[in-house]
Amino acid sequence: MGVPLYCTKIAKRFGREVEHEGHSHGMHVFAAPPSVVVDLCRFLKDDPELRFNFLSDICGVDRYPQTPRFEVVYHLYSIPLKWRLRIKCRVDDPPRVSSVVGVWKTANWHEREAYDMYGIVFDGHPDLRRIYMWEEFEGYPMRKDFPLRGYKDTYNPFGEEKTETSSSSLSDDQDNNSSQPGEKR
Amino acid sequence: MTDVTVLNEVEKDGGGTQEILLNLGPQHPSTHGVLRLVLELKGEYVARTDPHIGYLHRGTEKLAEDFTYTQIIPLTDRLDYLCPPSTNQAFVIAVEKLLGIEAPERAQYIRVMMTELSRISGHLLIVGALPMDVGAMTVMLYTMREREMVMDLLEMICGARMHTSFCRVGGVREDLPEGFAERIREFCDIFPQRISDYERLVARNRVFLQRTRGIAVITPEDAIDLGLSGPNLRASGVDWDIRRDCPYEIYDRLDFNVIVMEGGDCYDRWKCRIDEMRESTRIIEQCMRDMPEGPFLADEPTVSFPVDKELLKCSMETQIHHFELSAYGFKVPAGEIYSCVEAPKGELGFYIISDGSEKPFRMKVRAPSFVNLQALQGASNMDYLADVVAMLGSIDPVLAEVDK
Repeated sequence: MGVPLYCTKIAKRFGREVEHEGHSHGMHVFAAPPSVVVDLCRFLKDDPELRFNFLSDICGVDRYPQTPRFEVVYHLYSIPLKWRLRIKCRVDDPPRVSSVVGVWKTANWHEREAYDMYGIVFDGHPDLRRIYMWEEFEGYPMRKDFPLRGYKDTYNPFGEEKTETSSSSLSDDQDNNSSQPGEKR
Repeated sequence: MTDVTVLNEVEKDGGGTQEILLNLGPQHPSTHGVLRLVLELKGEYVARTDPHIGYLHRGTEKLAEDFTYTQIIPLTDRLDYLCPPSTNQAFVIAVEKLLGIEAPERAQYIRVMMTELSRISGHLLIVGALPMDVGAMTVMLYTMREREMVMDLLEMICGARMHTSFCRVGGVREDLPEGFAERIREFCDIFPQRISDYERLVARNRVFLQRTRGIAVITPEDAIDLGLSGPNLRASGVDWDIRRDCPYEIYDRLDFNVIVMEGGDCYDRWKCRIDEMRESTRIIEQCMRDMPEGPFLADEPTVSFPVDKELLKCSMETQIHHFELSAYGFKVPAGEIYSCVEAPKGELGFYIISDGSEKPFRMKVRAPSFVNLQALQGASNMDYLADVVAMLGSIDPVLAEVDK
Protein backbone atom coordinates (compact mmCIF):
# COMPACT_ATOMS: atom_id res chain seq x y z
CA MET A 1 0.00 0.00 0.00
CA GLY A 2 1.47 3.31 -1.03
CA VAL A 3 1.32 6.54 0.88
CA PRO A 4 -2.17 7.97 0.51
CA LEU A 5 -2.65 11.32 -1.14
CA TYR A 6 -3.71 13.07 2.04
CA CYS A 7 -0.38 12.29 3.73
CA THR A 8 1.62 14.00 1.01
CA LYS A 9 -0.83 16.88 0.76
CA ILE A 10 -0.78 17.52 4.50
CA ALA A 11 3.01 17.38 4.52
CA LYS A 12 3.15 19.82 1.62
CA ARG A 13 0.68 22.29 3.08
CA PHE A 14 1.65 22.21 6.76
CA GLY A 15 5.27 21.10 6.62
CA ARG A 16 6.57 20.18 10.03
CA GLU A 17 3.72 21.71 11.97
CA VAL A 18 1.61 18.60 11.52
CA GLU A 19 3.46 15.45 12.35
CA HIS A 20 2.63 12.12 10.77
CA GLU A 21 2.57 9.55 13.54
CA GLY A 22 2.36 6.47 11.40
CA HIS A 23 -0.30 4.00 10.55
CA SER A 24 -2.14 1.91 13.09
CA HIS A 25 -4.92 -0.59 12.46
CA GLY A 26 -5.83 0.79 9.08
CA MET A 27 -5.72 4.46 9.94
CA HIS A 28 -3.11 7.17 9.51
CA VAL A 29 -2.55 9.32 12.55
CA PHE A 30 -1.50 12.96 12.54
CA ALA A 31 -0.51 15.10 15.49
CA ALA A 32 -1.35 18.76 15.22
CA PRO A 33 -0.74 21.52 17.75
CA PRO A 34 -3.87 23.35 18.99
CA SER A 35 -3.03 26.40 16.91
CA VAL A 36 -3.38 24.65 13.56
CA VAL A 37 -6.16 22.13 14.23
CA VAL A 38 -8.90 24.29 12.75
CA ASP A 39 -6.80 25.16 9.69
CA LEU A 40 -5.96 21.51 9.18
CA CYS A 41 -9.60 20.44 9.47
CA ARG A 42 -10.77 23.14 7.10
CA PHE A 43 -8.05 22.19 4.64
CA LEU A 44 -8.97 18.52 4.77
CA LYS A 45 -12.64 19.28 4.32
CA ASP A 46 -12.36 21.86 1.56
CA ASP A 47 -9.60 20.42 -0.59
CA PRO A 48 -11.31 19.06 -3.72
CA GLU A 49 -9.00 16.06 -3.84
CA LEU A 50 -9.48 15.03 -0.21
CA ARG A 51 -13.04 15.97 0.80
CA PHE A 52 -13.05 14.80 4.37
CA ASN A 53 -16.61 15.98 4.71
CA PHE A 54 -17.74 13.74 7.56
CA LEU A 55 -16.61 14.23 11.12
CA SER A 56 -17.13 10.91 12.86
CA ASP A 57 -16.12 11.76 16.33
CA ILE A 58 -14.31 14.09 18.68
CA CYS A 59 -13.19 12.74 21.99
CA GLY A 60 -11.05 13.74 24.88
CA VAL A 61 -8.37 11.56 26.44
CA ASP A 62 -6.75 12.09 29.82
CA ARG A 63 -3.16 10.83 29.99
CA TYR A 64 -2.70 11.72 33.65
CA PRO A 65 0.01 11.80 35.04
CA GLN A 66 1.83 12.20 31.72
CA THR A 67 2.40 15.59 30.19
CA PRO A 68 0.94 17.00 28.07
CA ARG A 69 -1.99 15.67 29.97
CA PHE A 70 -4.89 15.86 27.53
CA GLU A 71 -5.52 14.78 23.99
CA VAL A 72 -8.35 15.79 21.74
CA VAL A 73 -8.83 13.13 19.09
CA TYR A 74 -10.69 13.78 15.85
CA HIS A 75 -11.85 11.01 13.55
CA LEU A 76 -12.51 12.14 10.01
CA TYR A 77 -14.07 10.31 7.13
CA SER A 78 -14.34 11.14 3.47
CA ILE A 79 -17.64 9.77 2.18
CA PRO A 80 -16.78 10.12 -1.53
CA LEU A 81 -13.25 8.69 -1.22
CA LYS A 82 -13.73 6.27 1.69
CA TRP A 83 -10.72 7.42 3.66
CA ARG A 84 -10.47 7.60 7.38
CA LEU A 85 -7.90 9.42 9.42
CA ARG A 86 -7.23 10.46 12.96
CA ILE A 87 -5.95 13.80 14.18
CA LYS A 88 -4.53 14.13 17.63
CA CYS A 89 -4.14 17.38 19.38
CA ARG A 90 -2.15 17.27 22.60
CA VAL A 91 -2.91 19.99 25.09
CA ASP A 92 -1.59 20.79 28.50
CA ASP A 93 -3.52 21.52 31.64
CA PRO A 94 -5.64 23.70 31.55
CA PRO A 95 -6.80 22.32 28.20
CA ARG A 96 -7.86 24.80 25.55
CA VAL A 97 -8.44 24.10 21.87
CA SER A 98 -10.13 26.06 19.13
CA SER A 99 -13.55 24.82 18.22
CA VAL A 100 -14.24 23.21 14.84
CA VAL A 101 -17.98 23.94 14.93
CA GLY A 102 -17.34 26.39 12.11
CA VAL A 103 -16.09 23.52 9.95
CA TRP A 104 -18.65 20.85 10.83
CA LYS A 105 -21.88 21.59 12.67
CA THR A 106 -21.84 18.12 14.19
CA ALA A 107 -18.82 19.09 16.28
CA ASN A 108 -21.15 21.06 18.54
CA TRP A 109 -22.30 18.24 20.80
CA HIS A 110 -19.06 16.29 20.58
CA GLU A 111 -17.21 19.29 21.93
CA ARG A 112 -19.80 19.88 24.62
CA GLU A 113 -19.31 16.27 25.67
CA ALA A 114 -15.54 16.61 25.82
CA TYR A 115 -15.97 19.79 27.85
CA ASP A 116 -18.41 18.10 30.21
CA MET A 117 -16.32 14.99 30.73
CA TYR A 118 -12.78 16.39 30.66
CA GLY A 119 -13.09 20.12 31.09
CA ILE A 120 -11.52 20.81 27.74
CA VAL A 121 -12.47 24.34 26.74
CA PHE A 122 -13.20 24.86 23.07
CA ASP A 123 -12.59 28.48 22.12
CA GLY A 124 -15.16 29.86 19.78
CA HIS A 125 -17.80 27.26 20.56
CA PRO A 126 -21.23 28.90 20.29
CA ASP A 127 -22.81 27.17 23.27
CA LEU A 128 -20.29 25.48 25.55
CA ARG A 129 -22.45 24.03 28.33
CA ARG A 130 -22.41 20.74 30.15
CA ILE A 131 -24.32 18.15 28.17
CA TYR A 132 -24.72 15.07 30.37
CA MET A 133 -24.12 16.31 33.88
CA TRP A 134 -26.21 18.99 35.47
CA GLU A 135 -25.07 22.60 35.49
CA GLU A 136 -24.09 22.64 39.17
CA PHE A 137 -21.97 19.51 38.95
CA GLU A 138 -18.43 19.96 40.21
CA GLY A 139 -15.44 18.40 38.53
CA TYR A 140 -15.03 16.46 35.31
CA PRO A 141 -16.05 12.82 35.68
CA MET A 142 -13.99 11.17 32.96
CA ARG A 143 -10.69 12.54 34.23
CA LYS A 144 -8.41 9.86 35.59
CA ASP A 145 -8.24 11.53 39.01
CA PHE A 146 -12.01 11.60 39.39
CA PRO A 147 -13.09 8.59 41.48
CA LEU A 148 -15.15 5.92 39.73
CA ARG A 149 -17.97 6.24 42.24
CA GLY A 150 -17.85 10.01 42.44
CA TYR A 151 -17.60 12.08 45.59
CA LYS A 152 -19.71 11.49 48.65
CA ASP A 153 -22.69 13.75 49.14
CA THR A 154 -26.37 13.56 50.09
CA TYR A 155 -27.35 11.66 47.00
CA ASN A 156 -24.26 9.52 46.71
CA PRO A 157 -23.49 7.80 50.03
CA PHE A 158 -21.12 5.35 48.35
CA GLY A 159 -18.82 7.95 46.88
CA GLU A 160 -15.31 8.72 48.01
CA GLU A 161 -14.73 11.22 50.77
CA LYS A 162 -13.56 14.52 49.48
CA THR A 163 -10.08 15.26 50.71
CA GLU A 164 -8.92 18.78 51.38
CA THR A 165 -6.90 18.97 48.22
CA SER A 166 -9.45 17.49 45.91
CA SER A 167 -12.30 19.64 47.20
CA SER A 168 -10.25 22.82 47.07
CA SER A 169 -9.10 22.06 43.57
CA LEU A 170 -12.69 21.39 42.58
CA SER A 171 -13.95 24.67 43.94
CA ASP A 172 -11.04 26.49 42.32
CA ASP A 173 -12.04 24.86 39.15
CA GLN A 174 -15.53 26.24 39.35
CA ASP A 175 -14.26 29.77 39.71
CA ASN A 176 -11.84 29.80 36.86
CA ASN A 177 -10.83 27.21 34.39
CA SER A 178 -7.16 27.97 34.76
CA SER A 179 -6.55 25.87 37.88
CA GLN A 180 -4.88 22.50 37.67
CA PRO A 181 -7.10 20.09 39.57
CA GLY A 182 -5.15 16.96 38.78
CA GLU A 183 -1.73 18.14 39.85
CA LYS A 184 -2.38 18.32 43.59
CA ARG A 185 -3.41 14.78 44.37
CA MET B 1 -44.81 17.12 33.85
CA THR B 2 -45.07 19.94 31.42
CA ASP B 3 -44.22 23.37 32.69
CA VAL B 4 -45.33 26.44 30.87
CA THR B 5 -43.55 29.71 31.37
CA VAL B 6 -44.94 32.80 29.77
CA LEU B 7 -42.04 34.84 28.41
CA ASN B 8 -43.85 37.94 27.38
CA GLU B 9 -47.31 38.69 26.29
CA VAL B 10 -47.45 40.31 22.94
CA GLU B 11 -50.50 42.28 22.06
CA LYS B 12 -50.62 42.50 18.33
CA ASP B 13 -53.40 43.78 16.24
CA GLY B 14 -55.97 41.06 16.00
CA GLY B 15 -55.51 38.87 19.05
CA GLY B 16 -51.77 38.37 19.23
CA THR B 17 -49.82 35.38 20.42
CA GLN B 18 -48.09 34.55 23.62
CA GLU B 19 -44.45 33.62 23.63
CA ILE B 20 -43.98 30.73 25.96
CA LEU B 21 -41.24 28.42 27.05
CA LEU B 22 -42.46 24.84 27.01
CA ASN B 23 -40.81 21.94 28.72
CA LEU B 24 -41.55 18.82 26.70
CA GLY B 25 -40.49 15.82 28.73
CA PRO B 26 -38.37 14.31 30.24
CA GLN B 27 -41.35 12.02 30.75
CA HIS B 28 -43.47 12.31 27.65
CA PRO B 29 -44.63 9.57 25.29
CA SER B 30 -43.44 11.35 22.19
CA THR B 31 -39.87 11.79 23.39
CA HIS B 32 -39.17 8.05 23.13
CA GLY B 33 -37.41 7.88 26.45
CA VAL B 34 -36.17 10.51 28.81
CA LEU B 35 -35.41 13.44 26.58
CA ARG B 36 -36.30 16.94 27.64
CA LEU B 37 -36.94 19.50 24.98
CA VAL B 38 -37.08 23.13 25.93
CA LEU B 39 -39.14 24.76 23.24
CA GLU B 40 -39.60 28.44 22.71
CA LEU B 41 -43.06 28.77 21.27
CA LYS B 42 -44.73 31.63 19.51
CA GLY B 43 -48.27 30.43 19.50
CA GLU B 44 -48.01 27.09 17.81
CA TYR B 45 -44.77 27.95 16.05
CA VAL B 46 -41.49 26.72 17.44
CA ALA B 47 -38.89 29.45 17.53
CA ARG B 48 -36.09 27.49 19.15
CA THR B 49 -35.50 23.90 20.22
CA ASP B 50 -33.05 23.05 22.92
CA PRO B 51 -32.68 19.35 23.70
CA HIS B 52 -31.50 18.51 27.19
CA ILE B 53 -30.05 15.05 27.51
CA GLY B 54 -28.22 13.13 30.19
CA TYR B 55 -31.09 11.72 32.23
CA LEU B 56 -29.90 8.22 31.48
CA HIS B 57 -26.18 8.93 31.75
CA ARG B 58 -24.62 5.87 33.34
CA GLY B 59 -21.00 6.61 32.58
CA THR B 60 -20.46 3.59 30.35
CA GLU B 61 -17.11 4.93 29.22
CA LYS B 62 -15.90 5.54 32.75
CA LEU B 63 -17.10 2.10 33.86
CA ALA B 64 -15.37 0.49 30.91
CA GLU B 65 -12.04 1.79 32.15
CA ASP B 66 -12.53 -0.33 35.26
CA PHE B 67 -13.87 -3.47 33.58
CA THR B 68 -12.14 -6.25 31.72
CA TYR B 69 -12.90 -6.59 28.04
CA THR B 70 -15.31 -9.48 28.58
CA GLN B 71 -17.12 -7.58 31.30
CA ILE B 72 -17.70 -4.67 28.96
CA ILE B 73 -19.83 -6.75 26.59
CA PRO B 74 -22.95 -6.54 28.82
CA LEU B 75 -22.37 -2.80 29.14
CA THR B 76 -22.59 -2.44 25.37
CA ASP B 77 -25.98 -4.20 25.48
CA ARG B 78 -27.35 -1.29 27.42
CA LEU B 79 -26.37 1.29 24.84
CA ASP B 80 -28.86 0.62 22.11
CA TYR B 81 -31.21 -1.67 23.94
CA LEU B 82 -33.39 -2.22 20.90
CA CYS B 83 -30.62 -3.98 19.03
CA PRO B 84 -27.92 -5.21 21.42
CA PRO B 85 -26.33 -7.72 18.98
CA SER B 86 -25.03 -4.91 16.81
CA THR B 87 -23.45 -3.03 19.71
CA ASN B 88 -21.92 -6.28 20.96
CA GLN B 89 -20.59 -6.91 17.50
CA ALA B 90 -19.12 -3.44 17.12
CA PHE B 91 -17.26 -3.79 20.39
CA VAL B 92 -15.86 -7.27 19.86
CA ILE B 93 -14.73 -6.45 16.33
CA ALA B 94 -12.72 -3.53 17.72
CA VAL B 95 -11.08 -5.71 20.35
CA GLU B 96 -10.42 -8.48 17.85
CA LYS B 97 -8.65 -6.03 15.56
CA LEU B 98 -6.50 -4.87 18.46
CA LEU B 99 -5.64 -8.48 19.30
CA GLY B 100 -5.04 -9.31 15.66
CA ILE B 101 -7.39 -12.28 15.66
CA GLU B 102 -10.45 -13.09 13.65
CA ALA B 103 -13.58 -14.96 14.56
CA PRO B 104 -14.22 -18.23 12.72
CA GLU B 105 -16.45 -18.02 9.71
CA ARG B 106 -19.42 -19.64 11.33
CA ALA B 107 -19.29 -17.17 14.19
CA GLN B 108 -19.20 -14.28 11.74
CA TYR B 109 -22.26 -15.61 9.99
CA ILE B 110 -24.08 -16.00 13.29
CA ARG B 111 -23.16 -12.48 14.34
CA VAL B 112 -24.25 -10.95 11.07
CA MET B 113 -27.50 -12.88 11.15
CA MET B 114 -28.22 -11.72 14.69
CA THR B 115 -27.32 -8.15 13.83
CA GLU B 116 -29.76 -8.17 10.96
CA LEU B 117 -32.43 -9.70 13.17
CA SER B 118 -31.89 -6.92 15.64
CA ARG B 119 -31.93 -4.37 12.85
CA ILE B 120 -35.38 -5.61 12.00
CA SER B 121 -36.39 -5.44 15.64
CA GLY B 122 -35.11 -1.86 15.97
CA HIS B 123 -36.69 -0.71 12.74
CA LEU B 124 -39.99 -2.37 13.63
CA LEU B 125 -40.26 -0.15 16.66
CA ILE B 126 -39.78 3.08 14.74
CA VAL B 127 -41.95 1.93 11.86
CA GLY B 128 -44.74 1.53 14.38
CA ALA B 129 -43.87 4.43 16.64
CA LEU B 130 -43.75 7.22 14.08
CA PRO B 131 -47.33 6.66 12.89
CA MET B 132 -48.36 6.41 16.52
CA ASP B 133 -46.71 9.74 17.28
CA VAL B 134 -48.70 11.36 14.52
CA GLY B 135 -51.94 9.68 15.43
CA ALA B 136 -52.13 6.28 13.73
CA MET B 137 -52.12 3.83 16.56
CA THR B 138 -52.80 0.63 14.65
CA VAL B 139 -49.42 -0.01 13.00
CA MET B 140 -47.68 -0.18 16.35
CA LEU B 141 -49.84 -3.10 17.42
CA TYR B 142 -48.90 -5.08 14.34
CA THR B 143 -45.20 -4.27 14.38
CA MET B 144 -45.05 -5.38 18.01
CA ARG B 145 -46.50 -8.72 16.95
CA GLU B 146 -43.59 -9.33 14.55
CA ARG B 147 -41.11 -7.87 16.97
CA GLU B 148 -42.21 -10.53 19.40
CA MET B 149 -41.24 -13.14 16.81
CA VAL B 150 -37.77 -11.62 16.57
CA MET B 151 -37.52 -11.59 20.33
CA ASP B 152 -38.47 -15.25 20.45
CA LEU B 153 -35.77 -16.06 17.92
CA LEU B 154 -33.17 -14.17 19.93
CA GLU B 155 -34.37 -15.89 23.08
CA MET B 156 -33.98 -19.22 21.37
CA ILE B 157 -30.36 -18.43 20.48
CA CYS B 158 -29.14 -17.00 23.74
CA GLY B 159 -31.83 -17.22 26.38
CA ALA B 160 -32.35 -13.48 26.65
CA ARG B 161 -34.93 -11.43 24.84
CA MET B 162 -33.27 -8.04 25.04
CA HIS B 163 -29.80 -7.99 26.53
CA THR B 164 -28.29 -10.74 24.48
CA SER B 165 -24.53 -10.37 25.25
CA PHE B 166 -24.03 -13.18 22.79
CA CYS B 167 -20.81 -12.08 21.10
CA ARG B 168 -17.49 -12.94 22.64
CA VAL B 169 -14.07 -11.70 21.66
CA GLY B 170 -13.11 -14.33 19.10
CA GLY B 171 -16.58 -15.57 18.22
CA VAL B 172 -19.92 -16.14 19.86
CA ARG B 173 -20.92 -17.77 23.13
CA GLU B 174 -22.63 -20.86 21.80
CA ASP B 175 -23.60 -22.54 18.63
CA LEU B 176 -27.08 -22.10 17.22
CA PRO B 177 -29.65 -24.32 18.92
CA GLU B 178 -31.26 -27.28 17.24
CA GLY B 179 -34.36 -26.50 15.28
CA PHE B 180 -33.37 -22.87 14.83
CA ALA B 181 -33.06 -23.10 11.07
CA GLU B 182 -36.72 -24.06 10.69
CA ARG B 183 -37.90 -21.32 13.00
CA ILE B 184 -35.99 -18.59 11.21
CA ARG B 185 -37.08 -19.92 7.84
CA GLU B 186 -40.65 -19.62 9.01
CA PHE B 187 -40.00 -16.03 10.02
CA CYS B 188 -38.29 -15.13 6.75
CA ASP B 189 -41.18 -16.62 4.81
CA ILE B 190 -43.94 -14.63 6.42
CA PHE B 191 -42.12 -11.41 7.23
CA PRO B 192 -41.96 -9.75 3.76
CA GLN B 193 -45.72 -10.04 3.51
CA ARG B 194 -46.09 -8.41 6.91
CA ILE B 195 -43.91 -5.49 5.83
CA SER B 196 -46.26 -4.89 2.91
CA ASP B 197 -49.13 -4.97 5.38
CA TYR B 198 -47.64 -2.12 7.41
CA GLU B 199 -47.16 -0.15 4.27
CA ARG B 200 -50.72 -0.75 3.20
CA LEU B 201 -51.93 0.47 6.54
CA VAL B 202 -50.34 3.90 6.52
CA ALA B 203 -48.21 4.57 3.45
CA ARG B 204 -51.12 6.13 1.59
CA ASN B 205 -53.00 7.38 4.59
CA ARG B 206 -53.74 11.02 3.99
CA VAL B 207 -53.27 12.15 7.56
CA PHE B 208 -49.98 10.31 7.89
CA LEU B 209 -48.72 11.76 4.62
CA GLN B 210 -49.70 15.29 5.57
CA ARG B 211 -47.94 14.98 8.87
CA THR B 212 -44.72 13.53 7.42
CA ARG B 213 -44.32 14.44 3.72
CA GLY B 214 -42.12 17.47 3.28
CA ILE B 215 -41.84 17.94 7.03
CA ALA B 216 -38.46 18.45 8.66
CA VAL B 217 -36.46 18.24 5.47
CA ILE B 218 -32.71 17.75 5.76
CA THR B 219 -30.67 18.41 2.62
CA PRO B 220 -27.80 16.03 1.78
CA GLU B 221 -25.20 18.73 2.54
CA ASP B 222 -26.79 19.52 5.88
CA ALA B 223 -27.12 15.85 6.71
CA ILE B 224 -23.40 15.27 6.23
CA ASP B 225 -22.55 18.48 8.04
CA LEU B 226 -24.73 17.44 10.98
CA GLY B 227 -22.99 14.08 11.09
CA LEU B 228 -26.11 12.03 10.41
CA SER B 229 -25.51 8.43 9.52
CA GLY B 230 -27.46 5.30 8.79
CA PRO B 231 -31.03 5.42 7.47
CA ASN B 232 -31.37 9.09 8.41
CA LEU B 233 -28.51 10.01 6.10
CA ARG B 234 -29.61 7.73 3.30
CA ALA B 235 -33.11 9.17 3.45
CA SER B 236 -31.53 12.50 2.55
CA GLY B 237 -30.01 10.98 -0.57
CA VAL B 238 -26.45 10.27 0.53
CA ASP B 239 -25.44 6.84 -0.66
CA TRP B 240 -23.27 5.60 2.16
CA ASP B 241 -23.50 2.32 4.02
CA ILE B 242 -20.55 0.99 6.00
CA ARG B 243 -21.67 -2.58 5.31
CA ARG B 244 -21.03 -2.01 1.63
CA ASP B 245 -18.36 0.72 1.54
CA CYS B 246 -16.03 -0.67 4.14
CA PRO B 247 -17.20 -4.23 4.68
CA TYR B 248 -16.51 -6.01 7.92
CA GLU B 249 -17.13 -9.64 8.85
CA ILE B 250 -18.79 -11.34 5.88
CA TYR B 251 -20.77 -8.48 4.42
CA ASP B 252 -18.65 -8.47 1.26
CA ARG B 253 -20.04 -11.92 0.40
CA LEU B 254 -23.66 -10.95 0.79
CA ASP B 255 -25.91 -9.51 -1.82
CA PHE B 256 -28.05 -6.65 -0.60
CA ASN B 257 -29.16 -3.24 -1.78
CA VAL B 258 -28.45 0.00 -0.01
CA ILE B 259 -31.71 1.89 0.27
CA VAL B 260 -31.35 5.53 -0.69
CA MET B 261 -34.23 8.02 -0.71
CA GLU B 262 -34.27 11.53 -2.04
CA GLY B 263 -36.60 13.74 -0.07
CA GLY B 264 -34.93 13.80 3.33
CA ASP B 265 -38.27 14.34 5.07
CA CYS B 266 -39.93 12.37 7.84
CA TYR B 267 -41.75 10.14 5.40
CA ASP B 268 -38.55 9.16 3.59
CA ARG B 269 -36.82 8.33 6.83
CA TRP B 270 -39.74 6.08 7.70
CA LYS B 271 -39.88 4.50 4.23
CA CYS B 272 -36.13 3.94 4.21
CA ARG B 273 -36.46 1.74 7.26
CA ILE B 274 -39.36 -0.19 5.78
CA ASP B 275 -37.24 -1.05 2.76
CA GLU B 276 -34.19 -1.83 4.86
CA MET B 277 -36.15 -4.48 6.71
CA ARG B 278 -36.73 -6.26 3.40
CA GLU B 279 -33.00 -6.20 2.69
CA SER B 280 -32.25 -7.46 6.18
CA THR B 281 -34.59 -10.39 5.62
CA ARG B 282 -32.69 -11.21 2.45
CA ILE B 283 -29.39 -11.03 4.32
CA ILE B 284 -30.69 -13.39 7.00
CA GLU B 285 -31.79 -15.86 4.33
CA GLN B 286 -28.37 -15.74 2.70
CA CYS B 287 -26.63 -16.19 6.06
CA MET B 288 -28.68 -19.25 6.87
CA ARG B 289 -28.07 -20.66 3.41
CA ASP B 290 -24.30 -20.08 3.33
CA MET B 291 -23.44 -20.65 6.97
CA PRO B 292 -20.62 -23.22 7.11
CA GLU B 293 -20.19 -25.85 9.78
CA GLY B 294 -17.23 -25.45 12.07
CA PRO B 295 -16.11 -23.86 15.31
CA PHE B 296 -17.99 -20.86 16.69
CA LEU B 297 -15.16 -19.57 18.83
CA ALA B 298 -11.58 -18.88 17.77
CA ASP B 299 -8.97 -21.30 19.01
CA GLU B 300 -7.10 -18.71 21.02
CA PRO B 301 -6.58 -20.12 24.52
CA THR B 302 -5.46 -16.79 25.94
CA VAL B 303 -8.61 -15.04 24.80
CA SER B 304 -11.52 -17.39 24.32
CA PHE B 305 -13.37 -19.37 26.91
CA PRO B 306 -13.22 -23.18 26.89
CA VAL B 307 -15.79 -24.48 24.47
CA ASP B 308 -16.35 -27.97 25.84
CA LYS B 309 -18.70 -27.59 28.78
CA GLU B 310 -18.38 -31.25 29.74
CA LEU B 311 -14.63 -30.90 30.03
CA LEU B 312 -15.20 -27.95 32.32
CA LYS B 313 -16.82 -30.25 34.85
CA CYS B 314 -14.01 -32.79 35.06
CA SER B 315 -10.77 -31.20 33.91
CA MET B 316 -8.85 -29.11 36.41
CA GLU B 317 -6.87 -27.26 33.74
CA THR B 318 -9.98 -26.26 31.84
CA GLN B 319 -11.55 -24.99 35.02
CA ILE B 320 -8.50 -22.93 35.89
CA HIS B 321 -8.47 -21.58 32.37
CA HIS B 322 -12.12 -20.60 32.63
CA PHE B 323 -11.64 -19.05 36.06
CA GLU B 324 -8.60 -17.03 35.03
CA LEU B 325 -10.35 -15.65 31.99
CA SER B 326 -13.46 -14.71 33.96
CA ALA B 327 -11.66 -13.28 36.95
CA TYR B 328 -8.69 -11.52 35.41
CA GLY B 329 -9.53 -11.20 31.74
CA PHE B 330 -6.96 -11.22 29.01
CA LYS B 331 -4.28 -8.73 28.05
CA VAL B 332 -4.70 -6.73 24.89
CA PRO B 333 -1.59 -5.36 23.15
CA ALA B 334 -1.07 -1.64 23.50
CA GLY B 335 -2.49 0.34 20.64
CA GLU B 336 -5.37 2.45 19.44
CA ILE B 337 -8.24 1.51 17.25
CA TYR B 338 -11.30 3.14 15.84
CA SER B 339 -13.60 0.56 14.42
CA CYS B 340 -17.13 1.18 13.26
CA VAL B 341 -20.06 -0.84 12.05
CA GLU B 342 -23.35 0.02 10.45
CA ALA B 343 -25.71 -0.23 13.41
CA PRO B 344 -29.46 0.17 12.83
CA LYS B 345 -29.17 3.81 13.88
CA GLY B 346 -26.04 4.64 11.93
CA GLU B 347 -22.30 4.60 12.35
CA LEU B 348 -21.52 2.98 15.67
CA GLY B 349 -17.85 3.36 16.41
CA PHE B 350 -15.67 2.20 19.24
CA TYR B 351 -12.44 4.06 19.85
CA ILE B 352 -10.36 1.98 22.22
CA ILE B 353 -6.97 2.90 23.60
CA SER B 354 -5.24 -0.06 25.16
CA ASP B 355 -2.18 0.28 27.36
CA GLY B 356 -1.40 -3.42 27.27
CA SER B 357 -3.42 -4.36 30.34
CA GLU B 358 -6.68 -6.28 30.78
CA LYS B 359 -8.75 -3.12 30.87
CA PRO B 360 -9.04 -0.43 28.24
CA PHE B 361 -7.25 2.80 29.02
CA ARG B 362 -10.00 4.72 27.28
CA MET B 363 -13.09 3.61 25.47
CA LYS B 364 -15.09 6.10 23.53
CA VAL B 365 -18.41 5.17 22.00
CA ARG B 366 -19.41 7.05 18.90
CA ALA B 367 -23.12 6.63 19.45
CA PRO B 368 -25.16 7.26 16.30
CA SER B 369 -28.28 8.38 18.17
CA PHE B 370 -26.30 11.02 20.03
CA VAL B 371 -25.18 12.58 16.78
CA ASN B 372 -28.49 12.11 15.00
CA LEU B 373 -30.36 13.90 17.74
CA GLN B 374 -28.52 17.10 16.86
CA ALA B 375 -30.50 17.19 13.64
CA LEU B 376 -33.44 18.49 15.70
CA GLN B 377 -31.81 21.87 15.39
CA GLY B 378 -30.85 21.56 11.75
CA ALA B 379 -33.98 20.61 9.82
CA SER B 380 -35.98 23.00 7.75
CA ASN B 381 -39.76 23.21 7.45
CA MET B 382 -40.26 22.24 11.04
CA ASP B 383 -42.42 25.13 12.11
CA TYR B 384 -45.08 23.64 14.32
CA LEU B 385 -44.80 21.86 17.60
CA ALA B 386 -46.49 18.88 15.95
CA ASP B 387 -43.69 18.78 13.37
CA VAL B 388 -41.08 18.54 16.11
CA VAL B 389 -42.83 15.44 17.40
CA ALA B 390 -42.89 13.90 13.92
CA MET B 391 -39.23 14.79 13.40
CA LEU B 392 -38.23 13.28 16.70
CA GLY B 393 -40.07 10.08 15.89
CA SER B 394 -38.52 9.85 12.46
CA ILE B 395 -34.88 10.25 13.49
CA ASP B 396 -35.39 7.38 15.91
CA PRO B 397 -33.13 8.20 18.83
CA VAL B 398 -32.61 5.62 21.55
CA LEU B 399 -32.02 7.69 24.61
CA ALA B 400 -29.95 5.02 26.34
CA GLU B 401 -27.48 5.32 23.51
CA VAL B 402 -27.65 9.10 23.43
CA ASP B 403 -26.77 9.30 27.10
CA LYS B 404 -24.32 6.40 27.26
